[in-house]
Amino acid sequence: MITTFFKQTLTAVKSVFRIFDMAINKNNTGYTFLFSIIMVLIVGTALAYTSLSLKPLQKKNAADKKMVDILGAIGVTTTRENAKTDFPIYVKERLSIDSEGTVLNNSSGNVDPADSSDPFNLDVKKDYRSKKPASELSFPLYVCESDLGDKVYVIPVVGSGLWGPIWGFVALESDMNTIYGAKFDHKTETPGLGAEIKDNEFSDKFKGQKLREASPYFTIIKGGRKIEDMHSVDGITGGTITSVGVGEMIDRTISIYQRYFMSLTNSSAN
Amino acid sequence: MSTDNSLATPKRESLFSKKNRKLLKDPLSDSNPITIQVLGICSALAITVQLQQAVIMSLSVLFVMISGNVIVSLLRNLIPDRIRIIVQLVIVASLVIIVDEVLKAYQPDISEKLSVFVGLIITNCIIMGRLEAFALANKPGPSVFDAIGNGMGYAWVLLVVSIVREIFGSGAISLPGMGQVKFLPQDWFIASGGFYENNNFMILPPMALVVVGIIIWIQRSSNEALIED
Repeated sequence: MITTFFKQTLTAVKSVFRIFDMAINKNNTGYTFLFSIIMVLIVGTALAYTSLSLKPLQKKNAADKKMVDILGAIGVTTTRENAKTDFPIYVKERLSIDSEGTVLNNSSGNVDPADSSDPFNLDVKKDYRSKKPASELSFPLYVCESDLGDKVYVIPVVGSGLWGPIWGFVALESDMNTIYGAKFDHKTETPGLGAEIKDNEFSDKFKGQKLREASPYFTIIKGGRKIEDMHSVDGITGGTITSVGVGEMIDRTISIYQRYFMSLTNSSAN
Repeated sequence: MSTDNSLATPKRESLFSKKNRKLLKDPLSDSNPITIQVLGICSALAITVQLQQAVIMSLSVLFVMISGNVIVSLLRNLIPDRIRIIVQLVIVASLVIIVDEVLKAYQPDISEKLSVFVGLIITNCIIMGRLEAFALANKPGPSVFDAIGNGMGYAWVLLVVSIVREIFGSGAISLPGMGQVKFLPQDWFIASGGFYENNNFMILPPMALVVVGIIIWIQRSSNEALIED
């Protein structure tokens, strides 16, 4: 029953294809254009459908990954599965600030992906792509607690590598000057060269380094870095443009958060 | 280019006729895409650090290859000759994008490790080679066999290389869904007073080339037909 149905469909499809084969001249320019147009329409629809239907899952994965990376910047290793439960344990407060350093929103506890006022849901990558001036944007800041009970500030950074976006998280100690830890990632940097910003070997070098008083707050140096230099780390051999990108994004982002940190030190001094 | 060779023989072939078996078997050894034709070798070197990655990569290539071969074979009488390479490229590229999106949604960790290499399946010479050389001139049935044969030919080399590299490089073996299983006892390692040390060189890309070279050596010296003067 099923096999006869299958055979009939197959013959029908075959005959349709055969009609095409006889009726047309394949090397006709008009036919070539028609073929291309139909092909592009079908392919475009199929890809748009796939992308749209998988988007929610990919978004959830991206959010989990973001939690893993934030925790990674303060030296806590976790997995995608545990990220949701571990995140609120270490991240006590999530702030969003404007470019003048004023706090706009804050929230704590579990992350609600649907709540657009939650600073966790601010898309810094999208903001960076939009090239809007800093005064029109708001910036997320994660206030965490280290194992010793000290406050640690985690700042998301976004920039450009050689082939595509690079991003990461830089954690500052409670003095808002010493780097507590860092974690970087990239989209399409060259494996073995620029892609190594992702490895702990690179990000571990940031631990204990200090920011300068004024811009450039931090630099990545290509060759000849002095060991006693506390305000820089060595770049990656063969990954110069990616390394420069890392330095640029840290410097640009810190200069914005500096205003907020300044207001914090001022208020505690009073 | 798109003449139908199989139309000349009107009598039906059985599923596992001699011809079909040859399509399946040849790419596994005598005309293996990696070791004999030396195609698609870049991904074979790059992602064979862990068995898990190699398995997912092989499945992805197999999927793209089978679907690509079937689609091109079905359209073989419709594709205008002058733009056939572009059409093949569009078909392969869209299939690869679909694979990439699905991996991102369901296997985020592995998708991250495979990074650009999933996208690079588009430029994998094996796939375009089979579309151009086989699917464009044959019916969908034989094209499926050809795709499975070549996909498996690619897969077994990847699996062997990754098993060797992971065992000697990390002292472990990983399978999708099981994570990395370290099977060597911890006190064997020099760090804890033993005699054994993982060979870090195995994790680096050059060793993949050496392992592939050894496979080629064994294959060529054991097969009369492949020995060149």
